[in-house]
Amino acid sequence: MVEFMQQMVNGLSLGAIYALIALGYTMVYGIILLINFAHGDIMMVGAYVGFFSITMLGSNVFVALLFAMLACAALGVLIEKIAYRPLRNSTRIAALITAIGASLFLEYVTIFFLTPEQRVFPAEAFPMHQYQIMGLYISNKDIFIIVLAVVLMVLLQYIVKRTRAGKAMRAVSLDQEAAVLMGISVDKTISFTFALGSALAAAAGVLIGIYYGTINPLMGIIPGLKAFVAAVLGGIGIIPGAMVGGFLMGILETMVSGYGSSMYRDAVAFGVLILILLIKPTGIFGRNESEKV
Amino acid sequence: MLNIQGIDVYYGAIHALKNLSLDVEQGSIVTLIGANGAGKTTTLKTISGLLRSKSGAITFKNHDITRLAPEKIVALGISQVPEGRRVFSTMSVLENLETGAYLRRDKKAIASDMEEVFTRFPRLLERKKQLAGTLSGGEQQMLAIGRALMARPELMLMDEPSMGLAPLLVKEIFEIIKEINSRGTTILLVEQNAHMALSIAHQAYVIETGEIVLSGSAKELMNSEAVKKAYLGG
Ligand SMILES: Nc1ncnc2c1ncn2[C@@H]1O[C@H](COP(=O)(O)OP(=O)(O)OP(=O)(O)O)[C@@H](O)[C@H]1O
Ligand SMILES: [Mg+2]
Repeated sequence: MVEFMQQMVNGLSLGAIYALIALGYTMVYGIILLINFAHGDIMMVGAYVGFFSITMLGSNVFVALLFAMLACAALGVLIEKIAYRPLRNSTRIAALITAIGASLFLEYVTIFFLTPEQRVFPAEAFPMHQYQIMGLYISNKDIFIIVLAVVLMVLLQYIVKRTRAGKAMRAVSLDQEAAVLMGISVDKTISFTFALGSALAAAAGVLIGIYYGTINPLMGIIPGLKAFVAAVLGGIGIIPGAMVGGFLMGILETMVSGYGSSMYRDAVAFGVLILILLIKPTGIFGRNESEKV
Repeated sequence: MLNIQGIDVYYGAIHALKNLSLDVEQGSIVTLIGANGAGKTTTLKTISGLLRSKSGAITFKNHDITRLAPEKIVALGISQVPEGRRVFSTMSVLENLETGAYLRRDKKAIASDMEEVFTRFPRLLERKKQLAGTLSGGEQQMLAIGRALMARPELMLMDEPSMGLAPLLVKEIFEIIKEINSRGTTILLVEQNAHMALSIAHQAYVIETGEIVLSGSAKELMNSEAVKKAYLGG
């Protein structure tokens, strides 16, 4: 039982990270029906911005998070403007291929400038303490990751449900033409969606740096794919779905590594994808008619 | 107030509006009637800036809006109640109305307009928190009208508001249109229900395959043999 609970704790912190990334996939899909394959790489850029603000500017974790989120919000908006907007009215496959191109571009530009070598995320930025509670080992990292992710998700929910920009986002995702007739600018709303999603990914990038202790230019690929599976699991386009899907994927992964073998943990993630696509392609929260955000 | 001068609109190779001209005088109800596929929706979409004309000009209150962005056109005072209602299905009635006021910042006036919409449509007040997609067809039409009113338009474009509604409800909707107009909102009403439309309109235009074939006062058209034959069932 203690062993199981221990895996739960580990799963929750990993899942919190997946959930943050999955949100960006799902929001972007909800509004322009594009799987933004560059999303995991935006997360990677966020990790680097966090890394350099700690190592070069000596900022603390919170400032590093803030810088990473701001930088990636801008990066996300820029990628949409340059790469996706000109293709808004072309086929979906064209946009998808462009997204893969954007992903490779971010990865190899980072390798070019920063070398492919991994960097050690400065441990002193987040001194580790471990607590033993009823036989469970819980570190301050786990608590920090889970609390921060939950705070960001609550904030996102607030933005989407209550603010003017959030309502515009939902309106555009439900019926673009009707939204335009309300005076909503589709371009601005899409930019806003990319900014939000990318900022969350950046936070996840910094958290991954803290969680695993190292970062590298290709670190976005596997977590990105897993978060994508999480978004599909929850129901692509549905915000609460991404949150639940993220946590489920994190828990599943730690359970598989804990009880089975960590060799299988990546395979399991993609097994899940195949299973959902076979059994219920609309995901846990998806209804049968196509509904978004 | 609104002046359309010789516009041509295409869908690819399809020439949907052919040198179409139309005038809407301030304070009036003007109706545009025509059969399925005649180009009524296309006309309204072009006014709202969703479609672009290849030639001609559209002016509204002395502004050239022919190439203006849709949100600027809304800001100038033109709202549309689109064909098929198009309410935001998974947003509540209240949120739909708030979205209608998207471009406005005057919180107090928005709140009082909201009150007014609820007084006009008590059914919406009862269902304030309900998701728009779960409303009946008639309620959705009322919501779509209320949503457009929340922008405080000077000109309201309405695309077949009677579509798919029971006769009693159709009457109610037309009463509401008349009332909205009597409070100072100019209306351009697109309809297939020619009889009802002509009975409340001041001016009327008949469109056939993208061209205006007849126009005049609603009374004149009501008594015109051609209109009687083609649109009034006798
Ligand atoms: N998106 C589109 N692509 C191609 N052709 C279109 C498109 N929309 C409309 N058309 C064509 O343009 C013409 C005018 O259509 P429009 O929707 O304006 O007609 P309407 O008068 O509103 O008809 P209804 O009463 O059925 O709503 C029709 O021949 C229609 O087939
Ligand atoms: Mg139509």
